[in-house]
Amino acid sequence: MTNQLVLLGSMVLSPLLFLLRGQMRYWGAMVLHLAAIVASSGIALSVFNGHNWALDTGIYLLGVPIRLEMDALGAFYVMVINLTMLTGSWYSGGYLKPYEATKTALELSLHRFVYFWLHLAMLIVVMVPQGTPFLFAWELMTLAAFVLVAFEWEKPESVHAAVNYLVQMHVGFIFILIGFLLIQQQGGTFSFSGIAQTKMPVQAFLMLFVGFAFKAGFMPLHTWLPHAHPAAPSHVSGVMSGVIIKMGIYGILRSLIYLPKEHWMSLGTVVLIVSIISGVMGVIYAIMQHDIKKLLAYHSIENIGIIGIGIGLGMIGYALGHPVLASLAFAGGILHILNHSLFKSLLFYSAGSVYQQTHTRYVEKLGGLIKKMPYSAFLFLLGALAICGLPPFNGFISEFLIYYGSFTHIGAGDMNEALILLGVILSLALIGGLAIFCFTKVFSIVFLGSSRSDSTEHAHEVTLGMLLPQFLIGVVILAIGLFPGFFVYYVEKVSQLYLPDTSLPVAYLNTLSYIGTASGIFILLFVVLALLRNLQQRRVEVAFGPTWGCGYTGADPARHQYTATSFADNFVQLAEPILGVETHYTPFAETEIFPKTHHFDRHQHDPLEEILVDKPGMALLHYLRLSAVFQSGKLQHYLWYGLVFLIVVGIMSLLNLL
Amino acid sequence: MSILIYILYFFCAMLIPGVISITKAKLSGRKGPGLLQPIYDIVRLLRKGSVYSTTTSYIFQYAPTVNFAAALVALAFIPLDDIPGMLHFQGDFVFFAYLLGLGKFLLILNAMDTGSGFEGMGANREALYSMLAEPAFFIVMGSLALLSGHSSFVDIFGQFQETTQYSILLGFLGAYILGQVAMVENSRLPVDDPRTHLELTMVHEVMVLDNSGYDFGIIMATNGLKFGIYAGLLSNLMVPDWFPIGLRIGFALIVSLLFGVMVGLLESFRARNKMARNPQFILTLSAVSLLFFFTIMIIANRI
Repeated sequence: MTNQLVLLGSMVLSPLLFLLRGQMRYWGAMVLHLAAIVASSGIALSVFNGHNWALDTGIYLLGVPIRLEMDALGAFYVMVINLTMLTGSWYSGGYLKPYEATKTALELSLHRFVYFWLHLAMLIVVMVPQGTPFLFAWELMTLAAFVLVAFEWEKPESVHAAVNYLVQMHVGFIFILIGFLLIQQQGGTFSFSGIAQTKMPVQAFLMLFVGFAFKAGFMPLHTWLPHAHPAAPSHVSGVMSGVIIKMGIYGILRSLIYLPKEHWMSLGTVVLIVSIISGVMGVIYAIMQHDIKKLLAYHSIENIGIIGIGIGLGMIGYALGHPVLASLAFAGGILHILNHSLFKSLLFYSAGSVYQQTHTRYVEKLGGLIKKMPYSAFLFLLGALAICGLPPFNGFISEFLIYYGSFTHIGAGDMNEALILLGVILSLALIGGLAIFCFTKVFSIVFLGSSRSDSTEHAHEVTLGMLLPQFLIGVVILAIGLFPGFFVYYVEKVSQLYLPDTSLPVAYLNTLSYIGTASGIFILLFVVLALLRNLQQRRVEVAFGPTWGCGYTGADPARHQYTATSFADNFVQLAEPILGVETHYTPFAETEIFPKTHHFDRHQHDPLEEILVDKPGMALLHYLRLSAVFQSGKLQHYLWYGLVFLIVVGIMSLLNLL
Repeated sequence: MSILIYILYFFCAMLIPGVISITKAKLSGRKGPGLLQPIYDIVRLLRKGSVYSTTTSYIFQYAPTVNFAAALVALAFIPLDDIPGMLHFQGDFVFFAYLLGLGKFLLILNAMDTGSGFEGMGANREALYSMLAEPAFFIVMGSLALLSGHSSFVDIFGQFQETTQYSILLGFLGAYILGQVAMVENSRLPVDDPRTHLELTMVHEVMVLDNSGYDFGIIMATNGLKFGIYAGLLSNLMVPDWFPIGLRIGFALIVSLLFGVMVGLLESFRARNKMARNPQFILTLSAVSLLFFFTIMIIANRI
């Protein structure tokens, strides 16, 4: 009961943020966040321990009583939300400090207030099962995120990104609404559980899937994401990418609980195909990005794809009669929700630190930052290794679960099954390889080598207050990598909502502890070898000099080091047909013995965005402009319209047409 | 027993670079170095001092060590037919492949840390080629998992020969593909030529231009270990399962030796691909491994 009171209290007290000034705002917001975190986590933990939790608030919304409920899925999401919001609000203290000088007190208070309400809205979303309050909370979450993205509203691109986000979210909202209405029309109640009763569960699920896919950023509905993430301040982009897009996955997972199992084969195939496309295309586009946060945004699409691969494969595996495969795939997909929220928020925070220090997100202007920001570089590297799914970090565990299910069942069925599983294995391998390509690129260009412009000149390490939350995430990342069994135990409680009579055989859980052991051995071996190396270095002579320039010492080596464009070049040559790359340059003339100044410019635009958003948008605008002929701006015309209207109404009523 | 296997592969790993250089020397009419010369080289490097570029950071200092540790742990996964390696669990080859990926990730960063255009070139090529080669390994392992119904190195290699009378054929075909993957992963011909003297055409060699002393020594040792790892995989694919332990060890030694000789032969008589043709070459490998997959599906009556 105290938990509920604390939650309610934090809600009521939140407007007080407008009264606080300076850093007090931050501390006030932290207290509110912590109150919400402690209270909701307490409920979530009791749910994980097998208690039921439900609360009748006694409040009616459009005639529907609001009843809060939490099951394992909700509890899992509460933990994910709380962890990311904790680090996000902690990190925001240092990140927003430079804005104290440029932003008004109202703007800053509003930002903190809305950030807190985003937290609350997400908590409510995962607690309400009925349609009406869910849609309200969903809308509250969207609006809060809109305000947060538009924080730097004096920049046109921020406003553009925020409005783009708002519009696309509402298109998605319409799909969700249609889904719920369809459920209600065809014999169900206006809620998720109605899917089980309705006569058209497939259509209803597909509607909800499309609606939620907008939020989750499945391709090709992802186009808002690469704009909104870079425009938002970093603690917002970390939370957006870490949890808000996962709320789309939540919607899909929630509807899936009630979807009759006979449709799992066909709909699972749909989910799997969409996810594979999102995963592979997301990372391919990411390689082309030179804006560090935009690159991370495309990686979110990739990781949503991996989560979707787990869910889709779980559905197919169950339908094919392989509960263990289904269990592993669900566990992999659901664990990846947590994993991605960790390493992606870490990457956004450390990228935000870079942005704060250099005022640029354009990687071609960075370089050599590891010397000025050694801890931020280390944290970014940690996130990069984890997102590539490399052991001994957490990303490996969730991808491993999906691989594991696929490899153990590849010989268990007929040709189609084998082909599906091979497809999953291949796409995961491809995604992994491409992610390594992409993150070696971005890490080396931003942090290694030497500086490419003077924007890095005044950079120095960020404050401890900004580093500590990132180290906290790093510890959890490593903990999941080393003790996967503990986390999979809780994840399995979620996956059992879908597969009530299946639990992972002990042999499979043992495998996870072996992975932990192997990772531990690897780390230990590395530490021993590193100590040996240090010992050796102390005994020998160590000298320093410039980088070997292959005999050429005429120019600064920094001038011919690799850039992001050149790093991506050999990949671009391979994947050009699907990339939408435009290259502009003046070629060398044959007679040009002494090279003159040449220009080279390459940029990439998202072909899907062009086809699905820009072109229809422009067409719509064209027709709307035609109709604008009535809006002449002359008062006489408007009076005329009134007169014509009255005459028409008069004639129609005379003819008994009205 | 598992420790014995580990020592065996470690021993093979240390010998293969020597075998390769002897083969190449004999074929070109030179006297050539002794078999143990690469080991002497490594030991000598481990004792030497180092020169570091002032552009580099802590990544450069520790990346070769991570790579070396990854290769050492990866080697512990290789079984010998049904004798398990020191580490083994279900799905261990996924961990194995990703661990090698971690080493590669750090080695690429190691090269980029120097801020040299040449090393950037090598790092970039390495990133692309290893990305392209990854699917081939997973398809081969997936096919073998399909055939044997198991999902760890030791179960797959221990059981797949019993499942079909064509196992020898399949073993050799798989060994061919993995051998080619090994050539890509170890940066040998036809993808990369370790003899080349021009930095512009190097892949692996140019990545480690700035590493010296101890670090360069363990990079050389890691190269050897990777040969040992792949030689181990090849012997597992081909070793007849009725061999007693002694014969198996002999077989693994011979396979490693032959692997070294093959690499030497290939490098003596073949020219390196044009850089632009490399991706195509590596993708062909994935295509061949898909054929391997379909062959196994036919044999396993799945089609």
